[in-house]
Amino acid sequence: MTGAPTTALPVEMPQRKPRVRVGDRHGPWRRLQPVVALLAVVALIGVPLWIVVVTAGKSQGEALNPDLTLPSTWHFGPNFSEVWQQGRVPMAFFGSLLIMVPAVIGVLVLGSLASWILARRKSKAMAVLYALAISGIVLPPAVVTIVLLLRQLGLAGTAIGMIGVYMGMYMSTVIFFVTGFVRTVPIELEEAARIDGAGPVRVFRTVILPLLVPVLSTATILICLYVWNDVFYAFFVVGGRLDTLPLNLFQVASAGLYLNNWHLIFAYVILMSLPLLIVFTFAQRRIISGITSGAVK
Amino acid sequence: MTTRTHSLRRTVGSPPRTGGAPRARRLGVRQRGSYPASFLVPAFAVLGLFFFLPTIYNFVYALTSWSSFSSSIHFVGLQNFTDLISSGTLFRSLRITVTYAVLVAVFQNVFGLLLALLLERDTRVNRFARVMFFIPVIMSALAVGYVFQAILKPTGALNTILGDMLGHAVTIPWLGNTTWTLVVITLIHAWKWMGLSMLIYLAGLKTINDDVLEAARLDGASAWTTFRDIRFPLLAPAITFNVATALLGSMNGFDVVQATTGGGPARSTELLNIFIFRTFGQGLFAQATTMSLVLFLVVAILAFPVIRVLRKREEVL
Repeated sequence: MTGAPTTALPVEMPQRKPRVRVGDRHGPWRRLQPVVALLAVVALIGVPLWIVVVTAGKSQGEALNPDLTLPSTWHFGPNFSEVWQQGRVPMAFFGSLLIMVPAVIGVLVLGSLASWILARRKSKAMAVLYALAISGIVLPPAVVTIVLLLRQLGLAGTAIGMIGVYMGMYMSTVIFFVTGFVRTVPIELEEAARIDGAGPVRVFRTVILPLLVPVLSTATILICLYVWNDVFYAFFVVGGRLDTLPLNLFQVASAGLYLNNWHLIFAYVILMSLPLLIVFTFAQRRIISGITSGAVK
Repeated sequence: MTTRTHSLRRTVGSPPRTGGAPRARRLGVRQRGSYPASFLVPAFAVLGLFFFLPTIYNFVYALTSWSSFSSSIHFVGLQNFTDLISSGTLFRSLRITVTYAVLVAVFQNVFGLLLALLLERDTRVNRFARVMFFIPVIMSALAVGYVFQAILKPTGALNTILGDMLGHAVTIPWLGNTTWTLVVITLIHAWKWMGLSMLIYLAGLKTINDDVLEAARLDGASAWTTFRDIRFPLLAPAITFNVATALLGSMNGFDVVQATTGGGPARSTELLNIFIFRTFGQGLFAQATTMSLVLFLVVAILAFPVIRVLRKREEVL
């Protein structure tokens, strides 16, 4: 909090409203803060993004040493169409979707189902199972032996294998978030349905699942982010067999670094980030509030 | 405050016992029918098959000669470990990984907290700034790495900008120094994730009771004193969450380093995961497995004390 005067005796500000945040009450800082905030945005976010956009619009020669200058003529069209083919963008986009959608739906459904039981049944065994289930939040997956296992299962290099691996990796996160949430749901809500003769499947589907929407949407956002952008596990499991957006970015870049194809690399970065950026622009308020409420409930 | 601490406590592995306990006893016999254990089966089948089984394999295949060069796999005892120790690779990669994780945790949290304090007030400018700082979080870490490789190369944008400001050519090899490049990469990693830490700190700041701050103000506390003595300690749960996730998450780092240096120069930024990726590509599967096991053990050993120490700080309150 630079520039804030440290002598803040109450007598000095009799006309202030009684409920103000501590950071708010210093006049000069109040006026300076928006300027500092905007400067920080420009310097820390604006400049790197600007470099990405202008470099993606340059010819190969101009893009050799990426800088802040505008391209002499914009090459967006040729760059995007070249990278579209070289990076097999349509295939990679569908590959990414083909893996992400089933993995996220699967992990959410199976995870919530288990979380409901883990939250409601009280016993030593459940406590142990819960601890085991959430241990995956911090423990790193055994990336090398997963390949061996998938080979033994006949799933090596397949989308199903990759989906299973992601589900195994993020099941812990879902169980952690959802179990905590279910415990805050009053049990009376379920009992009312049960008295009406509903079995466990129906209680779960009609009572619990609708209540889980906020926590599940937070989990969806986080897991989508991780899966959509993952390249490490994808290398091991489906590298060279299936196209995903990050895998193909690596391919374009590995070929391009040698040739210094920054214009193509940055065009690919833009194409690849656009889907999530568009989703984010439309849902940013919900995404931000979802993440904050999920992390520190 | 209580609920927030609670939700973070869950990280440690003991299930929270919010309410419910006496009620559950009342339910007693009906538990089984209403909450069938069979609902646990699919989730635990996936976890067991795709998470725990490979982890068990890790312990087994680290002791074998599994490689792409021979079709048979023999038991070789601890030879992979002794090889990796005697070549110095194991401790070197381990040291680099732990340094990387600690620096990322420090930078990401310092930046995140500063941003949260800067953008705390709910104004239009601040809401816009928060959204902007979240953009790196949704970008692929690999893409972020390439962007910074272009910015930081000797003839890249940063040196050009510095040169224009200083009036003479600047050619600092940001990514070519065997000591400082590791620090530069942790700054990039922290840049990518600082928006997430910022959001969590903002949520933490919001939960601090206004009356407490008002009381401090009436006592004549300066902004700095209020921050040091009241707001910072009350942020403990958010700090626990952020530090633990940043530290343990970046132990598993790969993308940013692969895209900026690929482990270089002279293997000075070769994290465990970079080593695993490289040796796996060379067909030395057992060596890669051994390092993967090392990573697993180190994270497992670190996780519990880290979370316990951070939680102890919360309990002091």
